[in-house]
Amino acid sequence: MLKYAIGFILSVILTVAAYTLVLIHISSEHETISHPVLLAAILTLAVTQLVVQLIFFLHVGAGRGSGWKTLIFISTFVFVLLIVLGSIWIMNHLNYNMTPDQVSHYLQTQQGGF
Amino acid sequence: MNETLTATHEARPMNEENGKTIFGFWIYLMTDLIMFAALFATYAVLHDNTFGGPGPEQLFDLNGVLFETLVLLTSSFTCGLAMLAARNGNKNQTMGWFIATFVLGTGFLALEAAEFVRLIASGSGPQASAFLSAFFTLVGTHGLHIMVGLLWMFVSLVQIKRKGLTPFVNSKLSRLALFWHFLDLVWIFIFTIVYLMGIAI
Repeated sequence: MLKYAIGFILSVILTVAAYTLVLIHISSEHETISHPVLLAAILTLAVTQLVVQLIFFLHVGAGRGSGWKTLIFISTFVFVLLIVLGSIWIMNHLNYNMTPDQVSHYLQTQQGGF
Repeated sequence: MNETLTATHEARPMNEENGKTIFGFWIYLMTDLIMFAALFATYAVLHDNTFGGPGPEQLFDLNGVLFETLVLLTSSFTCGLAMLAARNGNKNQTMGWFIATFVLGTGFLALEAAEFVRLIASGSGPQASAFLSAFFTLVGTHGLHIMVGLLWMFVSLVQIKRKGLTPFVNSKLSRLALFWHFLDLVWIFIFTIVYLMGIAI
């Protein structure tokens, strides 16, 4: 019971903290929190809440028999990072390197042109 | 004949925490996470492509989203309490907490549906821009999962009432609780990456 209550209260605090940071940012006249700082802060809060909920709600890492849960979750998380960060990186690269001018120039230098 | 069937099922007692069934369900949840990762990646790539139309700062209501998030978070908490009651064999408390979870979950879904209706009615439906297509797909898929979870919860409540807290029912409830907690996990990131980052960055 206590585990769930602690997890719940921590999650509420982390959620409201992220909300408050954003509220401060959008309602202030001058830039009180810079964009990169805000981004890092809310992402850190999100990952912290993820870990809190994993431990207190999903009982990952608690007790002798649940090593497999941690292992499976970490391996999945690696895939998730690969997919998300990989997609962002690749699409960003394409976006930067493939303006219409560059595309037609590239096609023209290929055999046969277009 | 009914007695023989249930007797055979319960002859294999299932340890909810570490049985094969729970293991298999965890694997499924991880594959579901990977699907959400693909939807997140799509949203990340397309969120700036508003086709000249309104972007997240214009469309999202910060206070409404906070309220939605706290409702879902509370439902995850009541779900945990329901499982505690189930572990103690307390049938009425289990049903009570699951009903609370169901009510909160329905509330969350209603708020989300209201937001979707508002967006579509004001011309910002999924066809309006790539950003909106990605948004509706990601958040809509999460909403679909919630709907399935609510249906599952309703059926489970009926089962608890009719069969009581047998090991078989308990095993199902464990999986339902896992599913529900997992949906709240995904929502943390939707809340942060879609709504908070959309409004602030």
